[in-house]
Amino acid sequence: MANKLTRAVAGVQEWFNYRTPGLMPAYRKHMSEYWAPKNFNLWYYFGSLALLVLVNQIVTGIFLTMNFKPSAAEAFASVEYIMRDVEWGWLIRYMHSTGASAFFIVVYLHMFRGLLYGSAQKPRELVWILGMLIYLVLMAEAFLGYVLPWGQMSFWGAKVIISLFGAIPMIGDTLVEWIMGDYLPADATLNRFFALHVIALPLVLLLLVVLHIAALHEVGSNNPDGVDIKKTKDARGRPLDGIAFHPYYTVKDLFGAMFFLTICAFVLFFEPTFGGWFLEHDNFVAANKLVTPEHIKPVWYYTPYYAMLRVVPDKLLGVMTMFGAIIVLFFVPWLDRSPARSYRYRGWKSKLLLALFAFSFVWLGKIGAGPGTDPNETILGRVLTFYYFAFFITMPLWTKADSTKPVPERVKMHD
Amino acid sequence: MIKQAMTKLGLTVAVALVAASPLALASSGGAALKPANTRIDNIASLQRGAQLYFNYCIGCHSIEYMRYSRIGEDLKLTEDQVMKNLNFTGAKYGETIHTSMPPEDAARWFGKTPPDLSLEARAKGPDWIYNYLKSFYVDPARPVGWNNTVFPGASMPNVLWELQGVQHATFEPKEKSLESCSDEGASCKNGQREVEHCKAGTTEIDGKCLVHLEVSAPGKLSAQEFDEAARDLTAFLQYVGEPAAMKRMSLGVWVVLYLAFFTFLAWLLKKEYWKDVH
Amino acid sequence: MANEGVNHGRRRFLTATTVVVGGAGALVAAVPFIKYWLPSARAKTAGAPVQQDISKIEEGQMIITEWRGQPVWVVRRSKAQLDALKSQDSRLRDPKSENVDQQPKFAQNEYRSIKPELLVMVGVCTHLGCSPKFHGEIKPEPFDAEWKGGFFCPCHKSRFDMAGRVYQGVPAPTNLKVPPYTFADGDKTLIIGVMPEGAA
Repeated sequence: MANKLTRAVAGVQEWFNYRTPGLMPAYRKHMSEYWAPKNFNLWYYFGSLALLVLVNQIVTGIFLTMNFKPSAAEAFASVEYIMRDVEWGWLIRYMHSTGASAFFIVVYLHMFRGLLYGSAQKPRELVWILGMLIYLVLMAEAFLGYVLPWGQMSFWGAKVIISLFGAIPMIGDTLVEWIMGDYLPADATLNRFFALHVIALPLVLLLLVVLHIAALHEVGSNNPDGVDIKKTKDARGRPLDGIAFHPYYTVKDLFGAMFFLTICAFVLFFEPTFGGWFLEHDNFVAANKLVTPEHIKPVWYYTPYYAMLRVVPDKLLGVMTMFGAIIVLFFVPWLDRSPARSYRYRGWKSKLLLALFAFSFVWLGKIGAGPGTDPNETILGRVLTFYYFAFFITMPLWTKADSTKPVPERVKMHD
Repeated sequence: MIKQAMTKLGLTVAVALVAASPLALASSGGAALKPANTRIDNIASLQRGAQLYFNYCIGCHSIEYMRYSRIGEDLKLTEDQVMKNLNFTGAKYGETIHTSMPPEDAARWFGKTPPDLSLEARAKGPDWIYNYLKSFYVDPARPVGWNNTVFPGASMPNVLWELQGVQHATFEPKEKSLESCSDEGASCKNGQREVEHCKAGTTEIDGKCLVHLEVSAPGKLSAQEFDEAARDLTAFLQYVGEPAAMKRMSLGVWVVLYLAFFTFLAWLLKKEYWKDVH
Repeated sequence: MANEGVNHGRRRFLTATTVVVGGAGALVAAVPFIKYWLPSARAKTAGAPVQQDISKIEEGQMIITEWRGQPVWVVRRSKAQLDALKSQDSRLRDPKSENVDQQPKFAQNEYRSIKPELLVMVGVCTHLGCSPKFHGEIKPEPFDAEWKGGFFCPCHKSRFDMAGRVYQGVPAPTNLKVPPYTFADGDKTLIIGVMPEGAA
């Protein structure tokens, strides 16, 4: 019996191999013979976790679309319909909302890993660029998604962010009307945001993710020591410090995924709003174009940039600062001139500057989440914004100037 | 290596500090809100709250995202019990819960259409609702004769006054004092500015200083009993905000346990395979 | 690399256990997504039982009401119509209503109803779904010289007798459906969509 089964499976394999001979080689190239450095640490979980969350958002998103009504008249009620009347609707909604915040936690940590280990440096510049594009698209996708429930924060957040485009000289006002399809965020806006959020951007996102992973696999993964494992190969041409992605990292990422899901489940089932950070209180009030909420603030993952926008006194300059903060990230591959790829082998000054950067990003987030009325906090925000840009713009200088420790030829295993 | 660990630690601390501060729910009154201490797993409390809601609130406020049948299921009431004790609008058992008061009339009589309360507890939080229900006071200056320290200028009368009794507020004017200043504003003269503050022990409400609220003519319930009633009604509204909450939490225990177990299993599997790697 | 041998047995066991536990979890996780498609509370309310006042229906009269989006006929049959039912047995496909899908047990009798005089029927032709027309009079019809009253579907010419039973030689395969129903309020009210107390 077992023999028959194995022969049947082998038969099917042969059928495919004859017709798509590239399948098995592709499997080997990307899984069973993708030589990943053996010293991946905690920071290396976040890529696969991001993929896991992406799948979650797509699947739960599809199911939400089955009951969500993308019209200004029905959207808010349809979300409550899902939460109350549809069997298990509440679970799917919470999976989607918790997933959205989890996505950004994972992505920010994933990006930080890139900075920490010099993963943007040659030959991985393209991987970094594609990753930055994913980040941009993800921010747009999350913004569009947040407008859909058509709560107070959806409406007023949309109004504020879209009006930023009005700061562009000459075309600003027309552009704002063009984006909204009306004179204020209205049914037309919601409906087109729905189309973009459900179809257009997910397709772009999927394409970018495929390219991102493909670009990575072309040059091979970096590692915490920044060592190029391809430099030391064995007799068969395999990197001495490399291990097959499958089964070693499939099994490790499975563990990472389960640990991550355990934490997400804890949040979802016991604190889905996360104190108002993941699902904001004001969004449980239906959109009212005549009543402005006391504090209009974006969801937490935008707050660092929102702080930058607010602390710059001029509207157009504020918008440029905000977008500039993201644009500057695209240039990291050329700004980071350190001869030591990983911060592990850089001097203490570099490490301090990086730590301060991380700290200031988080602090800016806290400022952006607040009312923004405290003048002292505004001054601090300006200092932190200045530091943010200075960190990147001066990077070519201090990365070159700082001392480095000798980078080993082979990876160090556990630290 | 140490710096790396420090980075991780610093990040974690920063994020934890930020996350530990849940976003404040608006309290426009100014007074700190007393905790409501509602228990939505206490079915008896929810039942009492439902009774209160349908006796005192449904006259003006709909809860349009709730169905009578859902209340029956979750609060362990029979269809008969719900239809007799809670359904005064003649709706069918499975239908959504609407007030019989026409919104246009309500807007004319009260100045504002009484809002739907389905999500009030999620928007304002149970503490706000609990304190609001207890903070009405007689105010002849208002069209409905009542005001509220938690929501100054509310268009709503104290529908629970029969239970609570008649509550009065004692206000006193602000105290003037001088504070030093250094800016160039017109009010800053000789380095000093005249400011007004409420005395310690009083709370600023809508420009006045509230000394205390006091029930002058007692109602049907004692102060403690009324607190309980307000708590029950708040709990009911909290339940109405998210009927699936109890199910969510009880299911959550199992899901987290399963995932924790599976994580452990996956860890064993990982450890076994990684014996190969040196 | 490895000095000791690989414990294949342990690996197989752990892998198998992981697959089984994970598979079980995945199946359980799939349940909410599948149940998500079940009729929601809103759909169930709209599909809830319908009440119909039948105290004013005259003999020979048919009224049409609606349940779950379908027309439901209520006819107060005359004695002549009821007496004529037996005579049609030989011309029908399923005179004894042996196809149990088409009526609840209480309607598996010669009148296909609880009370002989009151016919309650889903007015949808069992061929392709048109709603047949009521021809209650016992008189010859162009489609049947021996017509003893019943229903005629204009779409493809299917015919049903006064108990909704389908004639032979027509496209419709089965008798018209009888919905679950019961009476209330001293038989003045018909409730469609609910089975009678204790009955099958």
